[in-house]
Amino acid sequence: MNSLVQVNQSEATDATPDVGTKPKVIARDVNVYYGEKHALKAVNLDVPARAVTALIGPSGCGKSTFLRCINRMNDTIPICRVTGKIEIDERDIYDPTLDVVQLRARVGMVFQKPNPFPKSIYENVAYGPKIHGFAKSKTDLDEIVIGSLRKAGLFEEVKDRLTESGTSLSGGQQQRLCIARAIAVNPEVILMDEPCSALDPIATAKIEELMDELQENFTIIIVTHSMQQAARVSERTAFFHLGYLVEEGRTEDMFTKPKDQRTQDYITGRFG
Amino acid sequence: MNEQHTAKAFDADLQDLARMVAEMGGLAEKQVADSVDALAKRDTNLAQRVTAADSAIDALQREIEEKAVLTIARRQPMAVDLRDVVGALRIANDVERIGDLAKNIAKRVIALNAEFPPPKLIRGVEHMTDLVLEQMKAVLDAYAHRDDSKAMAVWRGDEEIDAVCTSVFRELLTYMMEDPRNITFCIHLMFCAKNIERMGDHATNIAETVHYIIDGNPITERRPKGDTTTFAALTGAGQ
Repeated sequence: MNSLVQVNQSEATDATPDVGTKPKVIARDVNVYYGEKHALKAVNLDVPARAVTALIGPSGCGKSTFLRCINRMNDTIPICRVTGKIEIDERDIYDPTLDVVQLRARVGMVFQKPNPFPKSIYENVAYGPKIHGFAKSKTDLDEIVIGSLRKAGLFEEVKDRLTESGTSLSGGQQQRLCIARAIAVNPEVILMDEPCSALDPIATAKIEELMDELQENFTIIIVTHSMQQAARVSERTAFFHLGYLVEEGRTEDMFTKPKDQRTQDYITGRFG
Repeated sequence: MNEQHTAKAFDADLQDLARMVAEMGGLAEKQVADSVDALAKRDTNLAQRVTAADSAIDALQREIEEKAVLTIARRQPMAVDLRDVVGALRIANDVERIGDLAKNIAKRVIALNAEFPPPKLIRGVEHMTDLVLEQMKAVLDAYAHRDDSKAMAVWRGDEEIDAVCTSVFRELLTYMMEDPRNITFCIHLMFCAKNIERMGDHATNIAETVHYIIDGNPITERRPKGDTTTFAALTGAGQ
């Protein structure tokens, strides 16, 4: 009897570390150059799974550049060169044999300005699953679209006008539509580049509430200029300055007792 | 000190808070000194003035609270600024309590009226007061100059006050046992001594807050304590 109990316990402890403790995204010695400009300098960062990580820093500090490395959006810029290593689930995403389209399905992105396709609300969300062949039938597709709209907290507001254009929605609704579009292909990581900077406080609160729910299933990395937003939504915060990752840590520590003077100066509004 | 904020008005807000706390501390120091002075010199007039002056300290505390709340609402302070604002609130609280304790001593002076203890007994209380005033001055300096080592020295230095308090208790117990007519003023004096001992505790609280403002972490080590009055009463009763 005793030995049985012991076996169960050891199984349990063996199983737990895989879930929460292993980082989802690992960046090692990542450098980015735009032509001659060295935009990101030897960045090392572990991003925990199923949590919100905030990237903060003044304009031009490299935080968006770093974000765009994670789904290889920088590939689209001809003069951009990335060195170092980024792994998602221990798989190198800069491996030449890796399918970038597949990668971008696994790593969704939401931009500063809501950018719905000039198509119906339904089509906006259905587009991804269709091109990736996720839905076998119309019923499947309906399910994915409705489920994604629900998860994005938008379904109740748009259920009677799914055929209307996505661009007819308000700014906040458009942004949630973009989030629904991103999660429709069931990504593992969602990158958000200042997703609320074009939204009013209520729409912002809705997106933040949504992030709180989404982090149960997704790994979220958000770039934000609002320190308060980083403090509200994230579990960990990374501070970038002049291309360097200056400091990274638990959000509560970063905003109450940062270790680096530059972090302190930035978050308290002392940068000249 | 940190360099200035991009928004200069934020610096002004924080400086105002620190100035009000310092002013409040100065008032409280005076109240403590005056209340014990009134006790030693049997000066009921001075005691009355101390009782009346406490409201100024209370008013400053309310002002500090309002200013702190407004600063949080307006500036959303972070990190050291946030600790600064929260620290000002906490220190104001402790100083306000010190003011109350001084007022309580003054009230006892008025209550004692003509019945005054022998000066020898008051000397112990005066000695405690000197120690507490030193602690208060040091901790307010530590706050004004953000001097962590000075704050820590205050935090560790409370032991002596506790020890003197214990010996005053013993002495008073002996007096009370000698002659029941001594009981009234001895009880009052005991409360005065306890009040001063409590002031010392508030000074160490302030030292903890100063450390927190500077360092960001609470003090984790255990504070040395010398207050054994509970035992003094027990042994006294058993004799």
